[in-house]
Amino acid sequence: MSYVNQRIAYGNTLIELGKKNKNIVVLDADLGGSTMGKMFEAEFPDRHYEMGIAEANMTSVAAGLAQTGKIPFTNSFAVFAGGRAYDQIRQTIAIGKLNVKICGSSSGLSDFGDGSTHQAIEDMSIMRAIPNMTVLCPADANEAVEAVKAMVEMDGPCYIRLNRNDYDNVTPEGKKFTVGIPDILKEGSEIAVFATGYMVGLAMEAARELEGDISVKVINVSTIKPINEDAIKDMVKACKAVVTAEEHSVVGGLGSAIAEVLRQECKPIEFVGINDTFGCSGHCYQDVLDYHGLTKVHIADAIKKMAVL
Amino acid sequence: MSYSEELLRGLEIKARQIRKDVVISIGVGVAGHIGGANSAADIVTALYFYKMKHDPKNPKMKDRDRFLLSKGHVAILQYATLAEAGYFPIEDLKTTKEIGSYLQGHPDARKTPGIEAGTGSLGQGLSIGLGMALGLKADKIDRKVYVLVGDGEIAEGQIWEAAMAASAFKADNLVAILDKNTLQANGAIADRFDTNPISPKWESFGWEVMEIDGHNMEEIISALDRAGDIKEKPTVIIANTVKGKGISFTENIVSYHNGMLTKETYKQALEELS
Repeated sequence: MSYVNQRIAYGNTLIELGKKNKNIVVLDADLGGSTMGKMFEAEFPDRHYEMGIAEANMTSVAAGLAQTGKIPFTNSFAVFAGGRAYDQIRQTIAIGKLNVKICGSSSGLSDFGDGSTHQAIEDMSIMRAIPNMTVLCPADANEAVEAVKAMVEMDGPCYIRLNRNDYDNVTPEGKKFTVGIPDILKEGSEIAVFATGYMVGLAMEAARELEGDISVKVINVSTIKPINEDAIKDMVKACKAVVTAEEHSVVGGLGSAIAEVLRQECKPIEFVGINDTFGCSGHCYQDVLDYHGLTKVHIADAIKKMAVL
Repeated sequence: MSYSEELLRGLEIKARQIRKDVVISIGVGVAGHIGGANSAADIVTALYFYKMKHDPKNPKMKDRDRFLLSKGHVAILQYATLAEAGYFPIEDLKTTKEIGSYLQGHPDARKTPGIEAGTGSLGQGLSIGLGMALGLKADKIDRKVYVLVGDGEIAEGQIWEAAMAASAFKADNLVAILDKNTLQANGAIADRFDTNPISPKWESFGWEVMEIDGHNMEEIISALDRAGDIKEKPTVIIANTVKGKGISFTENIVSYHNGMLTKETYKQALEELS
């Protein structure tokens, strides 16, 4: 079953997995209708916990449930799931390496209407700074399905960021997700573009449009942490420069993670991302993406800039 | 219900030994949260040596009661109790907070047998305990979760999120014990940040409230037993205590929230507890 919306993919996959694994439980903080935790609730009402608008309690309750052998998924908008409940994640779940899965829904700018308070532009940054945390950012709905399966298979704390909106898949359906493996979607020799989440599709479009002019390699980095140093260094070996693209601040996210990996490789790197500002409201998703410089044109411009260095 | 003198004296002797172990674990010249540890020593003794079903040789036994120290800074109290109960050697207590020790400054579930979950950031333990209580109910395991919270700690909003949720979920297998020693790190709670009145707050959140003398062993175990009969709502036992109880020069002294013993005061403390 192919979905075009990461949240719907997530909701359905939780049900599918929940049928096989009785220990999976889901918690929501009055946003189940948006996070799609409501789907699991409809199927398994005894295994869904409506925690009210109390994300800190929800997260620590999940820690307690994990200590009785459950596999809890906590859901809220990314700003709240990871941001508001940061201390609860850090102090009990991460230090304790507890088997709690945190879903940051409507991440990035994808909640275009609600504006800055609801747009997590720094969630990958804060989550990856936590030791013992796995941070996933699937490129599309197809990959979200497989990523959720991987979350259940692995033991330990895991944060996943999901986009709110419908958009075309760029990865194939049913491709097994291996935590930690970046994936070359398009070969190229001059410029390596590392992209994550929604920006992967845009990176592919930019790369195809530059075909013939600049040879662009596109890599989907869907595991932000642990970042695969050897694979990434290998991928840039032949290239002259690097571009990163993320629906996230240029501070601390994918760009920073790649730069950390390449710190001794002397490759120029250009970041495409939100320029250390908060988000804002827009009438449609494209409006906020345009406003914050997250388009295929911005990626193409960055590629061209790196190509003539 | 009446309890035998033998039972009560036995628990009192154990509590005194645990207070002594707390002093030994801090030692001389290293700061330790001795005040808040000794105010709760009788309660924690009663839990581990009278009330809770648990097995030191099998700390993860499924059919066990659970204890969570939400006021995690008094980890030394729990360590002393666990050691006396046989979870690990008593002589290891003096390695507390040393580099590489499995006895960390705040409870670490990864490192120490018998610790159910990491705490230390105040206000979170009641939620964690509620999560455990819900998990036990889901699996139809008829055991209880006991959570020790502090009276300064209840300033944390998350305590009230948990209190509200515990009520909403009718978590009658969750028992909170509130160590009301009236002092926090920077002074008397009534002067610094008054969280009183305490009992009416819990009542209004739908909890069964019991008030006891937290140093009267009979009142403690009686309340724990009565909590077992409360259905459809969680229970909080508000225990009136003295911070630093058991060592004359630490009783009601704010600075022993996290205090240091000298060679002389260490010796005196051990003498008083012998």
